[in-house]
Amino acid sequence: MANGAETSVLTLNGLESMVFTRFRTASMGYYMMLLFSGLLFLVAAGLGIHAMVKGHSMYNVYREIPWGILISTYVFFVVTSTGLCLVSSIGHVFGNQDFMPIAKRSVFLSIATILSGFFVIAFEIKIPWRMVIYNVISPNLTSNIWWMGTLYGIYLVFMFAEYVFLLLDMHKPAVFCGFSGSAAGIAAHSNLGAVFGLLMGREFWHGPYMPIYFIASAMMTGCSVIILFHFLGYKINSEQMSASMKNALRVTAKLGVLLISVIMFFTTWKMISGVTGQPAGKYEAVMALLNGPYAVNFWVFELGLGMVFPMVMFIRSKGENLKMMFLGACAMIVGIFVMRYDLVMVGQIVPVYHELGVNEYKHLLSYAPSVYEAVITLGGFALTAFLFLLGEKLFGGHKVEESH
Amino acid sequence: MKPSKHELDIRNNEGIENVPMKERRHFLKMGLAITGIFAGGTILSAVSVIDKVFASTDEFTARYPYKPHYGMILFQNRCIDCERCVAACGETNHVPHEGYRTRILTREMPDAAGLKREFIPVLCNQCNIPQCTRVCPTKATYKDPVNGIVMMDTHKCIGCLTCQLGCPYNARYFNEEKHAVDKCNFCWDSRLSKGEKTTTCAAACPAGCRVFGDLSDKSGELYKAVHQLERPLWVLRPEAGTKPNVFYTKDVLPVAFK
Repeated sequence: MANGAETSVLTLNGLESMVFTRFRTASMGYYMMLLFSGLLFLVAAGLGIHAMVKGHSMYNVYREIPWGILISTYVFFVVTSTGLCLVSSIGHVFGNQDFMPIAKRSVFLSIATILSGFFVIAFEIKIPWRMVIYNVISPNLTSNIWWMGTLYGIYLVFMFAEYVFLLLDMHKPAVFCGFSGSAAGIAAHSNLGAVFGLLMGREFWHGPYMPIYFIASAMMTGCSVIILFHFLGYKINSEQMSASMKNALRVTAKLGVLLISVIMFFTTWKMISGVTGQPAGKYEAVMALLNGPYAVNFWVFELGLGMVFPMVMFIRSKGENLKMMFLGACAMIVGIFVMRYDLVMVGQIVPVYHELGVNEYKHLLSYAPSVYEAVITLGGFALTAFLFLLGEKLFGGHKVEESH
Repeated sequence: MKPSKHELDIRNNEGIENVPMKERRHFLKMGLAITGIFAGGTILSAVSVIDKVFASTDEFTARYPYKPHYGMILFQNRCIDCERCVAACGETNHVPHEGYRTRILTREMPDAAGLKREFIPVLCNQCNIPQCTRVCPTKATYKDPVNGIVMMDTHKCIGCLTCQLGCPYNARYFNEEKHAVDKCNFCWDSRLSKGEKTTTCAAACPAGCRVFGDLSDKSGELYKAVHQLERPLWVLRPEAGTKPNVFYTKDVLPVAFK
């Protein structure tokens, strides 16, 4: 399929029988997973549409906490997508041969994850159809949300084009689209950071930290997702990894260790700056993470599962033990999901009038997702799983030519 | 030696006109300092609020960019928490039960000398540098170029609620009936645009807590209330940098405690 000569002689019937053969070789487990993820996605979509029609009262967000788990899940998915794009671009855009074999699957997954992100946020935004119209005819250029949405739209187009060019083995346009996609991704993703970072009076978020942190954590996420899905991809296709693919995952794990270190460094200083001198607004939020209602999330999930455990696993695996790397990647993804949740929620739990000392806002605010929100969140994951499973068979394990 | 009460009684009143200027300044500074301390660090006294809110002194007054430049001053210690303002606002502006455009907060200080409780009415501050309008992706919320009121263009609102997060005053809520975020607009559509001179909350207040008007009108009550060095004046959350057009003050009471 990836070979240009083969592509040119491929008839529609030939293509159809090739895809049919691929799907016929799939196991029952594969079909069960495909069905389950498809159904979960449909249920989530149904609940989302119901909430949209009924007026979102099924969500647990409220006036003081307007952003809930659906926003943090959106952030998680676009972080993942940007990370996949950036890490894979090291190979096929910037020419580092070690990363070359992971290109196709990563680009495909970056499309799948951003679509999942869009799916989830479509149900968090109250009137998404107005966005389609007024983002175009009434743009606000000072709004980071506007830039983020627009740039992610451009990013999606480039990533899609890049994948098509990779499939057709058209190297030059693929590199162009890959580079443009990476640039759009970085711009979009740092704008997402700025959505939070530029809010004055929200001390936990405010400052240049967020856009920078978002890019670094995107790459960290990218490494874990690449390891996870390549491991699973080869399981599904019951194939042995080539030496170059093993090497690609080894260097990805190495890069993962480096980026975990970077995020640990960032997190350390974020926490220290939050408690030193007890800065108003920020101190309460940081303490909620260190020793408050979000302490388990922070210490166990963010730090333990998200950073320490995968770091130990990646180092101990020496890049050879794929199962260890897979476990590390799984833990890291869970940890990062909680990291995104905490980032969105902790920024909101300190009421804006907290410092005023009034009865109404003396205490930190609380939030827990409703069933609707939880199912729509799972629906986002189901969409990624469904597209991943479909892609594995449809595109024959995303093979990349060794000589590429 | 401390004079006895009788000695004090028989002394002639020396009159405030005879108090030296230095003494007067000292007294004024002390008053301002006390206001600042009492505010708990979240609000600023008149001395430092000047360059935060464009109020006072000709240099800043010249910058009131809107005509009329609508604003409000709240005499905090006149509020009795009767909530007639909240009710009037709800009725006039068709605010659904799940939301509010204005509300009254309560601050209690059980150990305080004198009053143990005070009420703080809050509403949209119609900021000069509003964050809500900056963050809105579709310009669904905007600052009116003529009168400076932060308005909503409801049919453009996508419901992302970023403005709710951006507002440092919790002045916005999602109105399910309008399918858009809703907020105080100084009763623009319900009263001011129809020729009324004040907001419904100000009109409903039996204690004269809220004074609404044009900040650029030097003969107006609002202008005079805001532009007095002697009056402690503050805004809520000045650190958010939004330069509000809603000011807070207190009637200066005789010293109630020692």
